[in-house]
Amino acid sequence: MKHSTAQLPSANAATSMQLGPLTRLLVGDKGGQRFLMGLLALLIIFPTCNLLFAEGSALHVSTYTLTLVGKYLCYALLAIAVDLIWGYCGILSLGHGAFFALGGYAMGMYLMRQIGDRGVYGNAELPDFMVFLNWTELPWYWFGFDQFWFAALMILLVPGALAFLFGWLAFRSRVTGVYLSIMTQAMTYALMLAFFRNDMGFGGNNGLTDFKDILGFDLQDSSTRNGLFVCSAVALGLGYLLARWITQSKLGRVLVSVRDAENRTRFLGYRVEHYKLFVFVVSAMMAGVAGALYVPQVGIINPGEFSPINSIEMIIWVAVGGRGTLFGAALGAIAVNYAKTYFTGAFAELWLFMLGGLFVMTTLYLPKGMVGFVEQLKAGEGRSGRLYLWLLAQLRKRELKDAQPAADQGELK
Amino acid sequence: MSLGIPKHIDNHSILYLDGVSVSFDGFKALNNLSLEMGAGEMRAIIGPNGAGKTTMMDVITGKTQPDTGRIQFKDSIDLTQYDEAAVANLGVGRKFQKPSVIESLTVFENLELSIKGHRGVWQSLVHRLSGAQKSKIDHILELISLQEKQHSLAANLSHGQKQWLEIGMLISQEAELLLIDEPAAGMTDEETMKTAALFKTLAQHHSLMVVEHDMDFIAALDCRVTVLHEGSVLAEGSLASVQNNQQVIDVYLGR
Amino acid sequence: MRMVHGLLLWLIACSISQSVLAATDVEATVSQSSQAPSIMTLQSLIDTLPTASYDEKSILIRSIAEKSTDDSLAILTALLQGDLFYIKKTQQLVYRAPTEGKQYRAIAALTGEILGEYKNRKLKKVGINNKLRGELKNAIALVQLKSPDSRVRQHAVDALMGSLQPEYLPLIHQALLVEKDNQIREPLMVAKAVLDLSSKETELYRSAINTLHGSLYPAARIALIKFIEAPHHHSSSVLIDQAKQAIASIDQKVKLNNIAENVYFGIALGAVLLLAAIGLAITFGVMGVINMAHGEMIMLGAYTTFVVQQCMPNHLNYSLLVAIPAAFLVSGLVGVLIERSVIRHLYGRTLETLLATFGISLILQQAVRSIFGPLNQDVNTPDWMAGTFSVNPGLALTYNRLYIILFSLLLLAALALVLKKTLFGLQMRAVTLNRPMASSMGIKTGWVDALTFGLGSGIAGIAGVALSQLTNVGPNLGQAYIIDSFMVVVFGGVGNLWGTLVGAMSLGIANKVFEPLAGAVLAKIIVLVAIILFIQKRPRGLFALKGRAVEG
Repeated sequence: MKHSTAQLPSANAATSMQLGPLTRLLVGDKGGQRFLMGLLALLIIFPTCNLLFAEGSALHVSTYTLTLVGKYLCYALLAIAVDLIWGYCGILSLGHGAFFALGGYAMGMYLMRQIGDRGVYGNAELPDFMVFLNWTELPWYWFGFDQFWFAALMILLVPGALAFLFGWLAFRSRVTGVYLSIMTQAMTYALMLAFFRNDMGFGGNNGLTDFKDILGFDLQDSSTRNGLFVCSAVALGLGYLLARWITQSKLGRVLVSVRDAENRTRFLGYRVEHYKLFVFVVSAMMAGVAGALYVPQVGIINPGEFSPINSIEMIIWVAVGGRGTLFGAALGAIAVNYAKTYFTGAFAELWLFMLGGLFVMTTLYLPKGMVGFVEQLKAGEGRSGRLYLWLLAQLRKRELKDAQPAADQGELK
Repeated sequence: MSLGIPKHIDNHSILYLDGVSVSFDGFKALNNLSLEMGAGEMRAIIGPNGAGKTTMMDVITGKTQPDTGRIQFKDSIDLTQYDEAAVANLGVGRKFQKPSVIESLTVFENLELSIKGHRGVWQSLVHRLSGAQKSKIDHILELISLQEKQHSLAANLSHGQKQWLEIGMLISQEAELLLIDEPAAGMTDEETMKTAALFKTLAQHHSLMVVEHDMDFIAALDCRVTVLHEGSVLAEGSLASVQNNQQVIDVYLGR
Repeated sequence: MRMVHGLLLWLIACSISQSVLAATDVEATVSQSSQAPSIMTLQSLIDTLPTASYDEKSILIRSIAEKSTDDSLAILTALLQGDLFYIKKTQQLVYRAPTEGKQYRAIAALTGEILGEYKNRKLKKVGINNKLRGELKNAIALVQLKSPDSRVRQHAVDALMGSLQPEYLPLIHQALLVEKDNQIREPLMVAKAVLDLSSKETELYRSAINTLHGSLYPAARIALIKFIEAPHHHSSSVLIDQAKQAIASIDQKVKLNNIAENVYFGIALGAVLLLAAIGLAITFGVMGVINMAHGEMIMLGAYTTFVVQQCMPNHLNYSLLVAIPAAFLVSGLVGVLIERSVIRHLYGRTLETLLATFGISLILQQAVRSIFGPLNQDVNTPDWMAGTFSVNPGLALTYNRLYIILFSLLLLAALALVLKKTLFGLQMRAVTLNRPMASSMGIKTGWVDALTFGLGSGIAGIAGVALSQLTNVGPNLGQAYIIDSFMVVVFGGVGNLWGTLVGAMSLGIANKVFEPLAGAVLAKIIVLVAIILFIQKRPRGLFALKGRAVEG
């Protein structure tokens, strides 16, 4: 802390104590700075507009919209988690939905226990679906989930442990590239099949739902929704900073070198598998947190979240936003999901065509995503960049021409 | 310490391969290969395609496990027990045939990554370059003539510059033994000669094993030459003696 | 009238009980049953049918059966199928045939004499209930037991085996006397033994148990268990032990049968996986292209089958023969299109290819959903694929699976031949191994790529034809197979057809072997986890290429 204060002599001592490491992380990261500012604005404006302005007011943000955006923010955090491993370490996980879902299930289990005897069967100990299955006692792995701190720990530990186990096995034996992708897909597929089973004790097909409250706050209450929204936004911000910290450190450069030249890195003396494992576990934990914040907002978690398609969709968020840019991935998640909400509502038939088209078009024409595209435009690189520069030049010419006659006229007068 | 070591290895050997064999699906890439390199020696390895040069490097660096045989480093260390990262940290550096630098990092960052130091995950998370390390990188940049390029991406270097950068990475790694696969490939004549001079400078502090096809380059290195053929040593000696060896001539002419 | 009727029934009942009582002596039975017809003619029996109560009908059915003529068979069959009517007014038993008008022509049941035309309501169906239906089936079987056609007799024995009644014993004796065919003698012997064992004739028990020893007919085991558990036991403990041994030997055989059946199902599943994965082995294995739309190529093949069947509803038996080349062309063309428009631009960027082709798979799914609707389509199974092939009484193998196994192997062989022996195969391998060299030798590498991809896709289409015979044809068909096919290729080792075969078969069999132990879903999970673990050990699969080729 002191060290960084010393580096910024001009700054106010108190704020730089706070911002020191932060500024260091965000130096030269214009996109990230803007992204965090935007997030902060969202964090203030949305709850304010939801709570302060009455329903009819033009400035009112409905609780529905608030929750919807809160959901997008969870997806954005998930996208950052995916980008951390794919963008920086080249691990294309087609099973990250599994970590997201496991975090969600951990939260769901806590919420389930909070229902207590308010369920249909009024059993204080057992969730409804267990009573329905004629179970008489809670399975061992449900113990502790009545405590929030325990659930919170599990939200990190369960996805982290699975990622550690899977990663340890896969990276140690150097399963890479497509093989790894297919294996992660198989992993989430196997979990989906498992969670569909009633006797797994996670509610089978229906999953966990009908939640009542979280930490004593009614989930239907709009102030609770605001709280969750704020939590999601803060988690996204922190997630971004964590990812940024990792990628800006030397560790981040090792990750990049693993991505670009795995063998080179190994012959430099780095244990590639350790690095991969570290970032894979961190990413899985971030995904778990995203899932945990997602569940109370949407009110349900079921095995469908494990489906391989979900995990592939996450990849396209990152690809659309811009692989290896972190904030781009988050924006991509929000943009694609906004489009999904809009199009599935307006033209349900078209959505899959659009999503499919997005996959094809992004990989063919936007290899660096939206962020890369914007940068390319600015730098005037590539066909689109040259077109952009040409257009700019034309505009400027026209402005000059427009200005010229006006000036001439002025002279004439 | 010297008890377990056969008498014929003197204490100054940096690398000693003894009866190393490797086969892939019945094809013997290395066939009872034995080879010794003294500490501080520069050695050129030549041989036709498929002679086992790259496989030999794979075996030394822990990339491939030999079926039989021993590989000793600095008289006492059995390299077959270690994997690539461990071998690298023991002091064996390797340059690949295809220039292999980290293209999306700058030249400086490439050297920073390779500089000797902790290789653990946690250390790298909080790592800062020390002043000594910084000046060392500066020195290496000078050595490989890339000072002006230090902040440009490695991807933007020319082919020859990439080769140098990779060699620079080995130096910053402080490897005692450098295994260098075809360094002169794709270089201009001028660059080739400059590289040969660089190697000669390096040989003052390191042991070098250089695999190369370019005979002018080898002549410029002016060192002992080993000829590999079908996975074992065919001949060894000065370049002139090897070039006059009938067996070697036969092999190169395909008789 | 009513009295006469009752008297007749009484007489019939007498004749039957007589024959049952005298059951054990074969000679006597023959003479008894041959005497029975002399009491009543078939005509008089069927005359009483229309007005008989269900209980009376039950007796009548048996006596008709004992006549054992073609006529009695026809009557019984018609009764079972609800084709037997009677004219309300005259109570004559008739068949009816529709005429041009709204009337029906009534045809006398036995004589075939046309009795005139009647309106629908003037004719009444001879009613039967479920109990009678069962009895009718057995009665028909009893008559068929005397058929000159051995297949009919075989069928009859099988039908009888399900519900053996003591009163069948005489007929079984009779049949055994004349039966020459061992295939039919065996079940008859078992049937006799089953009935002997439940009779009171203690001296027959020993040989009955011997006959039932190791017999796979379910009735045999049931009879043995009943025999052991019978409370009123008057037989020696030696017999009980023998019976227990007989059961043990049956259980042993059943176990073997179950294993054989599971292996068969496993091979069949393996064949399905093989079909799904062969195409992938080309696109992924030979070209290194991850085609996530591979499943949709299979789906297109299945839909092509559906469309072909819609186009030729009168020739369903040949529809598959048309569908195979059609599906190859449809999926193959779509494949070439995909390769030329998208994949071509992404060579060397495997992960991007994966994403782009996944996008294509979404588009294809939605396209099919938009055209054909989200529901599953009915694809018909041709007659020659239906039915079962019975290995022994406890083990019957379905023909459709057998065909699919053969078909998958044939396809694999054909593909291997194309790759090894044709110019196209040679060019394909050349392009895979060394693109610039192949190109400089005048091979149009672009077209080889396109055709290779087309070939892989086309074969996926053919797989779709086969799969349409086993599973539902819907927009999600491909999704169900994509992960499995990747598993097969990854497990077997990329770029190796032999590996694909071994991979598919091992996964199929493993799945089906775990299934009885753990249930279908858990079995699948176990297999997936096993592959994940296996890949750790051998990251390049079962038959991996080693050495230089891997590095490329």
